[in-house]
Amino acid sequence: MKELRLMKGNEAFAEACIRAGADGYFGYPITPQSEVMEYLMAQKTHERTGMVTLQAESEIAAINMVYGGAGCGKRVLTSSSSPGISLKQEGISYIAGAELPCLILNVVRGGPGLGTIQPSQSDYFQSTKGGGHGDYKLIVLAPASVQEMADFAGLGFELAFKYRNPVLILSDGAIGQMMEKVELDVQKPRFTMEEIRKNTPWATIGKTPDREHNIITSLDLESIKMERHNQELQKKYRSIEENEVRYEKISCEDAEYAFVAYGTSARICQKAIEIARAEGIKVGLMRPITLFPFPKKLIKEMTSRVKGILCVEMSAGQMIEDVQLAVEGRIPVEHFGRYGGIVHSPSEIVDALKKQIIGG
Amino acid sequence: MTEEIIIAGFGGQGVLSMGKILAYSGVMQNKEVSWMPSYGPEMRGGTANVTVIISDERISSPILHEYDTAIILNQQSMDKFEHTVKPGGLLIYDPNGITRFPERKDINIYSIEAAEMAGKLGLSKVFNMIVLGGFLKLKPIVEMEYIHKGLEKSLPARHHVMIPENEKAIETGKGLITPVLVLN
Repeated sequence: MKELRLMKGNEAFAEACIRAGADGYFGYPITPQSEVMEYLMAQKTHERTGMVTLQAESEIAAINMVYGGAGCGKRVLTSSSSPGISLKQEGISYIAGAELPCLILNVVRGGPGLGTIQPSQSDYFQSTKGGGHGDYKLIVLAPASVQEMADFAGLGFELAFKYRNPVLILSDGAIGQMMEKVELDVQKPRFTMEEIRKNTPWATIGKTPDREHNIITSLDLESIKMERHNQELQKKYRSIEENEVRYEKISCEDAEYAFVAYGTSARICQKAIEIARAEGIKVGLMRPITLFPFPKKLIKEMTSRVKGILCVEMSAGQMIEDVQLAVEGRIPVEHFGRYGGIVHSPSEIVDALKKQIIGG
Repeated sequence: MTEEIIIAGFGGQGVLSMGKILAYSGVMQNKEVSWMPSYGPEMRGGTANVTVIISDERISSPILHEYDTAIILNQQSMDKFEHTVKPGGLLIYDPNGITRFPERKDINIYSIEAAEMAGKLGLSKVFNMIVLGGFLKLKPIVEMEYIHKGLEKSLPARHHVMIPENEKAIETGKGLITPVLVLN
């Protein structure tokens, strides 16, 4: 039986992590995502499921605690907002290099620098193109509702363990702070030590006589081995691109024009579609749910049906580069952005569509 | 049915909790709802506002720039939101704390002396429920039995003893709402 509640995105994510059988949360407070740790603390997770909730001394400490927990085969996570996520990048690169599963939530606020505490989508490049050093990829999920904040906790852990890869949930201040109704999954048990031994034989949980030492590291001074390791990583990323693309298409059947938008922008575009269609403009929405892997093929296919694409982002134009690569110049692709913590109004999106795509 | 509402006032007036009770009541009545607060500096003593949407259909944008109803509880909010009410929409305000009265001629305007009544009854804590009552009188989008359930869900258990007081305040508000400008 699923349970229905009215919750903030941040709270729904926290509750869903407990129910997904998480073993540990390590974080440091920052607006607009502090409710994640506040909620976990208030829930006394150590009493409820045995899950550790720990406020670290810094974001850097928190991500390295995640590195340690993940190395032990545990379901561990951290959350922060943009400036805090920047601090975590070194650790994220190490975790990706060491091929460990973990969950990272970024409730994005406007930047650069300390920026503002209002919602933004200006961390797309950081999330999908690297962020830290080295040739690595995160699996990036972009929720557009409180329900998806909850759903992507379980899905995130599943993908993280399937591919031994960090999963980033790229949310924003609006989705973190707003309340919507949410159906919660039933409580999943945490992994037992036996399950960890069986399912994650690479975990560093004590050597047994029947195997060599497990070593978890991102370091190998023999470049030929490091190249081979990188080739394996790239193979894994290609397999993720092949198998894990997720997206939603709204009102696309008869669309002559399309918005491409994710997260909060995608929600506002849905309102813009209502307004535009009332005026007789046939516009639809392509909402990438995974930002890596990006739904390139789907967007390329759309070019045979729509006359132009407007990318709507709360940024100066980041995702648009992936859309342009997918479109390969076949149809016009334009960007309409608000940034620094400002959110588009639905009617200005319709105006931009008319001006930049239909009239253009 | 879709009702798009902005509730705005000072932090501490119960703006966010009024919105939460309304939204939770909507959930209980099996409606789609969203509750989008202003957050950050506003929460620390300045103006606070929340967008509540209650609908029979899936809600598209939780963030809006125009509303069916604006419930306005201080002057800053009047300045900020009077012009965001859709033509033919509804504006409710408490004259207490308002220095410039609404000027629009294309919307329905009602006043509710909720602060004064709350003071008179010694019920300052349920001021926001008086205002909610006024709104529900004009737009009964959620039935009272679900408001009861919404109160149960949104108030912590230790405050459940206050539910009858809250419901009384809602009833008081229904009798207190006064037309200022009603369109034909």
